[in-house]
Amino acid sequence: MKSLILQTATRYLFPLLVLYSVFLLVRGHHEPGGGFIGGLMAAAPIALCALAYDVDVARNLLPLRPIRLLALGLATAAGVSIGALFMGRPLLTGSWVELPMPGGGVLDLGTPLLFDLGIYLVVLGVVTQIIFSLATKSPLHWERDES
Amino acid sequence: MTLFFLAPFLLAPLLPLLDRWFGNKAGWLIACVPILIGIYYGDLWWSLPAGEERTSVSWAWAPQLGLRLTLMIDGLGLFFVLLITAVGALVSIYASGYLAGHDRLGRFHAYMMFFMGAMLGIVLAGNLLTLYMCWELTSLASFLLIGFDNERREARAAATQALVTTAVGGLCLLAGFVLLGLAADSFELTDVLARKDAIQRHGSYPAIVVLVLIGAFTKSAQFPFHFWLPNAMEAPTPVSAYLHSATMVKAGIFLVARLTPALGGTPLWAGTLTTVGAVTMFVGAYLAFFEHDLKGVLAYLTINVLGTLMMLLGFGTPLAVQAAMVYLVAHALYKGALFLVAGIVDHATGTRDLRKMAGLIRRLPLTGAVALAAALSMAGVAPTFGYVAKEVFLDAVWHAPFVPILLTVVSVVSSILLVAGAGRVGIGPFFGRPTQDECDPPGMTMQVAPLVLAVAGVVTGLAPQTLMGPLLGPALEPIAGEPVKMYLTLWHGVGVPFVLSLVVLAAGIACYIVRGSLQRHLAGSLAVARWGPAKWYEWSLAGLYWVADWQTRMLQPGRLPRYVFVTSSVLLLLTIEEIVLRGGLREHYPGIDVRPHEAFAAVLIPAAALVAAASRSRLASVAALGVVGYGVAWLFSIFSAPDLAATQIVIESLTVILFVLAFARLPKYTLASSPRRRLRDALLAGAVGIVLTLLLLQATHEPHPPPISEWYVEHSVPAAHGRNIVNVILVDFRALDTLGEITVLATAAIGVWMLVRLSAQAPAKREGYE
Repeated sequence: MKSLILQTATRYLFPLLVLYSVFLLVRGHHEPGGGFIGGLMAAAPIALCALAYDVDVARNLLPLRPIRLLALGLATAAGVSIGALFMGRPLLTGSWVELPMPGGGVLDLGTPLLFDLGIYLVVLGVVTQIIFSLATKSPLHWERDES
Repeated sequence: MTLFFLAPFLLAPLLPLLDRWFGNKAGWLIACVPILIGIYYGDLWWSLPAGEERTSVSWAWAPQLGLRLTLMIDGLGLFFVLLITAVGALVSIYASGYLAGHDRLGRFHAYMMFFMGAMLGIVLAGNLLTLYMCWELTSLASFLLIGFDNERREARAAATQALVTTAVGGLCLLAGFVLLGLAADSFELTDVLARKDAIQRHGSYPAIVVLVLIGAFTKSAQFPFHFWLPNAMEAPTPVSAYLHSATMVKAGIFLVARLTPALGGTPLWAGTLTTVGAVTMFVGAYLAFFEHDLKGVLAYLTINVLGTLMMLLGFGTPLAVQAAMVYLVAHALYKGALFLVAGIVDHATGTRDLRKMAGLIRRLPLTGAVALAAALSMAGVAPTFGYVAKEVFLDAVWHAPFVPILLTVVSVVSSILLVAGAGRVGIGPFFGRPTQDECDPPGMTMQVAPLVLAVAGVVTGLAPQTLMGPLLGPALEPIAGEPVKMYLTLWHGVGVPFVLSLVVLAAGIACYIVRGSLQRHLAGSLAVARWGPAKWYEWSLAGLYWVADWQTRMLQPGRLPRYVFVTSSVLLLLTIEEIVLRGGLREHYPGIDVRPHEAFAAVLIPAAALVAAASRSRLASVAALGVVGYGVAWLFSIFSAPDLAATQIVIESLTVILFVLAFARLPKYTLASSPRRRLRDALLAGAVGIVLTLLLLQATHEPHPPPISEWYVEHSVPAAHGRNIVNVILVDFRALDTLGEITVLATAAIGVWMLVRLSAQAPAKREGYE
């Protein structure tokens, strides 16, 4: 089932969805958004590709295998959590820097954003892992387990 | 002190390397470790300023729980340290010879070193919880060492049995320690020992005594927990000599001695210890008489001695305490030597059956001499240290604070059997007409350790006060709570103990000579043992397996409907129980102000859910479920939770995509369950829904403390630099929860991955995974 309309639409939607997921991730601290929904949103274009084209096409779009993405995300989140310990503060204490921006604004950057990035990666990894697992080509082996 | 405490644990993983580089010489090197540790602690204690009895270091571990890593050395601790390190050094030399060429010798040394570290921890612990920790570590080490020959089923079973028995006791001990710590208001040993009155007046004192003693009894193989020790003889002989005779099984004795100042002196304490100890003493000696396995006899006789020691500590008199410690040393020396001899004999002849051995002294002259010396000490023949010990022991029993006559009779009978046992293991195999022609002489590495132990047993007997006095004197003080005057001598003069000693010796020799016919005549009495504690253990284990099996089949059948059913029923029952316990729900449901679009959502969602449940088409079901999901998202957005709504929408969309992917592979959509089951499920689902609705209504109208959300609103920007409170909670205020959640997510993804991989295997292959 290859639909030209879906394929064409995917081509245009893909970058938009990816951008939107990043947008959701970074705005999350102040407006609705965050790592969970960002990660889900990032998985959506991958799923779309898997549907419109092929699982392998979708798989090649990911920079890493899902299981590695997942590990990377978990390591990021855990690393950020433990990081505070090395600065002599309790686990998971956030650290912030305020960068002055041209035009008078201030960019508030903190470790919770990194933690959110970890969540983003884990969610992306989990969803794509499940999608790829289900979409693996070998329907012959998918006989019904009668018991 | 901390460094020396940690040294064995740190060195243990390195020993396999040492073994690879130095081969059989490694044992000599490894022996240096316990020797150095022994010298260090000895120096530490003896160089204390006069008047000080103990020194300690302490590290906060989890101070909120009262858990500190406190190490303390006093006379009693040092006494055990020297015992552990001395025997440990000898045994590691011996083990190199005994297991020469074994491909896991390095690992064996590592386990032994690990055990030694844990055992030293027990005797050096200055905190109840530290002590408990090390206590369990020794059980673990014992498990690994008993099951060292893990290819053999018997070794594995014996290892498990020892672990289960001692771990059950260990758990009791933990409970006892917690109660004790609460009663004394501190887990530090110095505090506990100083608060005797507060503890003994406390309401939980009887529970403390019972729990702590169960711990000590399982570890020290007291009746009715004694059965694991003979089975533990599956372990390589160095382990039997070290753990199961000289040190680990003495941990219970040590514990009782250590806690005597805090718990002792009451009828409960003394009565329990004396009764259990006396019974164990007799049972051990009696069963030993019918055993034909060389190590088995030694194991039962060890049980006999452990019972004796418990009984003596139960008396609590200075004389009895002194007798216990002296007897403990004597036993470590002669029993260690005999175990090591048993290993040599086993190696040389290939059998451990006493009935098949005779005349070995011609082939193994040195070993025979060692065995003879050790057996004489065991039988209490002058001038060995065993004789000194037996004299003090009989003296203490004769002066027992209660029922001295009865206890003396039991002790004398047990001692007679002990003398007979000494003859059977120390004399029987070595004299008489040889039955074996072939015999491999042991190497020097195996000869050293038993020789040293046996010689020590004789030499210390010649000058007991000079050689053992400086060590034993300080050890008695922490038990008795006062300085104990001690004078050991070979010649006590003709008193009751001396007469009893002669009686015991004469009867024991007679018993040894007629052992064959005695065994035949009394064999019938062993039938009782078949229904003894070992059987109880089997039954309770079988019962445990049955229950575990039943409840797993019940709760974890691997079928999704069953899981949902169980979860919902439990939820329903617990909720109803709680509602009933609180006297039912109050009926005040003020009119709820419903706007039209809310009402629409409230009708739409349940209707869609009903369609999903009732539909005969999968596609319709999935679509209806989608409606439910989007409806809930709509509700979220109505009640101003945009984050939730957005997430819900994305989840719903992804679910649809997943369904599309899996659609082709799903089986035909049929009715899998019977009408009755469907009715049951419908009723359950309806009940859960109704109860939760009522509960929710109630909850929204209950007066409740100001919600925590206001605190979040106030602190979100100043403390966490974020205006989106939902996200701030997720990544900052409650980030630890989130970390846990994403870990669960990751685990679930790995689970899905593995599940699909397994299902993708050919069906025939798949059988193997189920």
